[in-house]
Amino acid sequence: MAEALKVPTMAEYMAEGKKPEVLFWVGCAGSFDDRAKKITKAFVKLLHEAGVDFAVLGTEESCTGDPAKRAGNEFLFQMQAATNIEVLNGYEIKKVVTACPHCFNTLKNEYPALGGNYEVMHHTQFLKTLLNEGKLKVEGGKFKGKRITFHDPCYLGRANGEYEAPRDLLRKLEVELVEMRKCKKNGLCCGAGGGQMFKEPEPGNKDVNIERTEQALETESEIIAAGCPFCNTMMTDGVKNKEKEDSVAVMDVAELIAEAEDL
Amino acid sequence: MQILAQILFVIALVAGIGFFARNIKRVIRNIKLGREIDRSDRSNERFAKMARVAMGQSKMVKRPFAGFLHIIVYVGFIIINIEVLEIIIDGIFGTHRIFSFLGGFYNVLIFSFEILAFLVLVGVIIFWTRRNISHIQRFLARELKGWPKNDANYILYFEMVLMILFLTMNAADYQLQLNGADHYASEAGIMGSFPISQYLLPWMEGLSNSTLIFIERIAWWLHILGILFFLNYLYYSKHLHIILAFPNVYLSKLNPMGELNNLESVKKEVELMMDPNADPFAAPAEGEEDEEPEKFGASDIFDLNQVQLLNAYTCTECGRCTSECPANQTGKKLSPRKIMMDTRDRVEEVGEIINKNGKFEDDGKKLLDDYILREELWACTTCNACVEACPVGIDPLSIIVDMRRYLVMEESAAPNELAIAMTNIENNGAPWPYNQMDRLNWAQEK
Ligand code: SF4
Ligand code: SF4
Repeated sequence: MAEALKVPTMAEYMAEGKKPEVLFWVGCAGSFDDRAKKITKAFVKLLHEAGVDFAVLGTEESCTGDPAKRAGNEFLFQMQAATNIEVLNGYEIKKVVTACPHCFNTLKNEYPALGGNYEVMHHTQFLKTLLNEGKLKVEGGKFKGKRITFHDPCYLGRANGEYEAPRDLLRKLEVELVEMRKCKKNGLCCGAGGGQMFKEPEPGNKDVNIERTEQALETESEIIAAGCPFCNTMMTDGVKNKEKEDSVAVMDVAELIAEAEDL
Repeated sequence: MQILAQILFVIALVAGIGFFARNIKRVIRNIKLGREIDRSDRSNERFAKMARVAMGQSKMVKRPFAGFLHIIVYVGFIIINIEVLEIIIDGIFGTHRIFSFLGGFYNVLIFSFEILAFLVLVGVIIFWTRRNISHIQRFLARELKGWPKNDANYILYFEMVLMILFLTMNAADYQLQLNGADHYASEAGIMGSFPISQYLLPWMEGLSNSTLIFIERIAWWLHILGILFFLNYLYYSKHLHIILAFPNVYLSKLNPMGELNNLESVKKEVELMMDPNADPFAAPAEGEEDEEPEKFGASDIFDLNQVQLLNAYTCTECGRCTSECPANQTGKKLSPRKIMMDTRDRVEEVGEIINKNGKFEDDGKKLLDDYILREELWACTTCNACVEACPVGIDPLSIIVDMRRYLVMEESAAPNELAIAMTNIENNGAPWPYNQMDRLNWAQEK
C-alpha cells in the first residue's frame, strides 16, 4: 500500500461540527511500537472497509494509566484518567473501540467511577458486530485450513470474560483452530502484564513468554493469533528465541482478517 | 455411674463449645483490625455465588480427581454431623440411639453414615498418599515446609481416627444388640443398619458383653471428644475453611476480575490538583487539621481491608493458585498461596500481642519485608490466574497490588525501569520516551 491511510481525528470532526459513530482508542503501543502500529493500521483498514464512521484522538490521546496503576502508582493513574476523561467527555464520546485489552479493561472498568462512562469494546468484539451486521466480510482466503492457535490476553479473557469473539472471527476465516493446553479461563499469561513489559523479570529459571510460547508451539500451529499488542511482542520474542520465526508467525486477529481480504 | 457420665459429657461439651466460641471471637476481632469495606450490595448474586462455589464446590472439580474426593469428604462431613447430633443428645440424656424411633428411616440414615464414613476413610487415605508419597508439585513448595505440612497431615490423621472410631462404635453396638444386652437391645429389633461395621463383627463375636460395652463406650467417648477437640483445632489450622469458605465466597469480588479499585484517598487529592479554583495553600477545613494524611497502600495487615484478612483466614493452602501462577511456574519467588499464608501469620502474630497486652504494641515488624518480600511483589503480572483458580474465592492479587501501592506511593521504591516508564507516562503520556505530539505519526508512515 503506497498511499497513507486516512485517519480522521476528533478535532477535525469537531471543526466540521460532526460526531463519529465510534472513537478508536489507539493506545501507546498501537501508536509507537513498530510491531503494534501494523495492527493499528490493519484495524483502520478494516474500519474503512466496513464503512465505519470513526475518529481517533491523535495527539490528544494519552496513556490510560494502566501500567502505572498496576505497578502501584494510583496517583499517576488517576491523573492520567482525569486528563483523558476531560478530553473524552469534552468530545461527548459515547462509544470507544480499542485494539489493546489493557486500555479496554481500564476504560471499561476503571474510568466509570472517575466520571468516564462509555460503551467500550475490544476490537475483536467490534469486528464481530460488524460481521454480524453484514458490514464486514470475513472469509477464508489465504488462511483457509491453516492451523492456528489463539492466545487469550489476560485482560480480555479472565479479566473481562471475553473468550469467544476472537475465536468466532478465526472460525470465520475457516482456519483449523486448535487450543493450547492452557486456554480461556485457564490461559497462561504472556508475561507482560502488571508493568512487567517495562522491566526485567525477577530471578527465576525461565521467562514467562518462553513458557507460553512452548505451549503454543506444542500445538504445531503455523500461526499464533493474538489480540493484544503486548502479548504479540512477548510471543514474537518467544518464537524468535525458539528460532521458529521462519515457520511460525504471530499475528493479531485484525491482521489476519485484513490479510485474508487482501487489504 | 450413668449420671456421672452425663455430667462429664455436659462439661466436655460446654468447655469444647465455649473454647470454640472464644476462638471465633478472636478471629472476628483480628479480621476487624483491617479497614472496613462495603460488600453489602447485590446480595442475590452473592448468595448464588456462595451456593455455587462454596456449597456446590464448582471450582473444586476443575481438578476432577482431587475435586471428587473432596466432595466425598465434604458431603460425608456434613451428613455424619447429623449423627453427631444424636450422639450429643444421647450423651446429655443417657439415652441410646435416640433417633431410632424413626424406624426404617433411621436404618437408612445409619446405613448412609456408614457408607460415607467408609468413603471418607478411603478418600482421606488417598489424600494422605497424595501429600506424602506422590510428588505433587503444589504440595512440595517451600511455604509448606514445617507446620503447614504437619497441619495438613494432622487433619487427615484426625479424620481417619474419627471414622475408625465411628465404625468401631457401631460394630460393638451392633454386636451388643445382637447379644440382647440391656440398654442396647430393643424389643423392636435391630436399630440401625451396618453395611460396613458388620465386617468388624468377627472381632467382636467372642467378647463378653462387658468388654463390648467397654469398647463401645471408649469409641463413643473418643469419637465425640475428638470432634470437640477438632472443632477447637480449626482456629490454628487451614481447616478453618470449612466454616469461613461460606462467608468468604459471599463477600468475594463480583466485578470483572480486571477491575482494580480506585483509591478514594487519591481521588480527593487528584480532584484538588485538577481543580483550577482550588487553593493549594488553603488552610484545611474545620476539624481536618489534626487528621493524619491517609496512608497509601499497605505495608502491614492494618492497611488491608477486612475481606482481605478474611481471605487469609479462609485459605486452605491448597496451592491451586500457585500452580497456575506464571511467575511461580517460571521459578520466581512469588507464590500467591504464600502471600495468603504470610498475611494470616502476621495477623495471628498481631493477635497474639493483643491477647497478651490487651492492645497492639508495635513489635517492630510488618507484613512487608518481614513476611512478604519485594521481589515477590514485583514478579506479579496481575494476570488473575490465582483468583480464577481459588476454590474459595480468595483474591491474592488485591494484596499484591495494595502492597505495590505502598512501595510506590509511600516509599518511591519501584524497580528502576518501572520508575522510568512512569516518569515517561507523566511527561509524555506514554511509557516510552516518545513525544505525545508524535502520537499520530503512524498514520503517515507507509
Ligand atoms: S495475578 Fe500475580 S500472583 Fe496471581 S497468578 Fe498472576 S502473576 Fe501470579
Ligand atoms: S488462595 Fe485459594 S487457591 Fe490459593 S492456596 Fe489459598 S485456598 Fe488454595
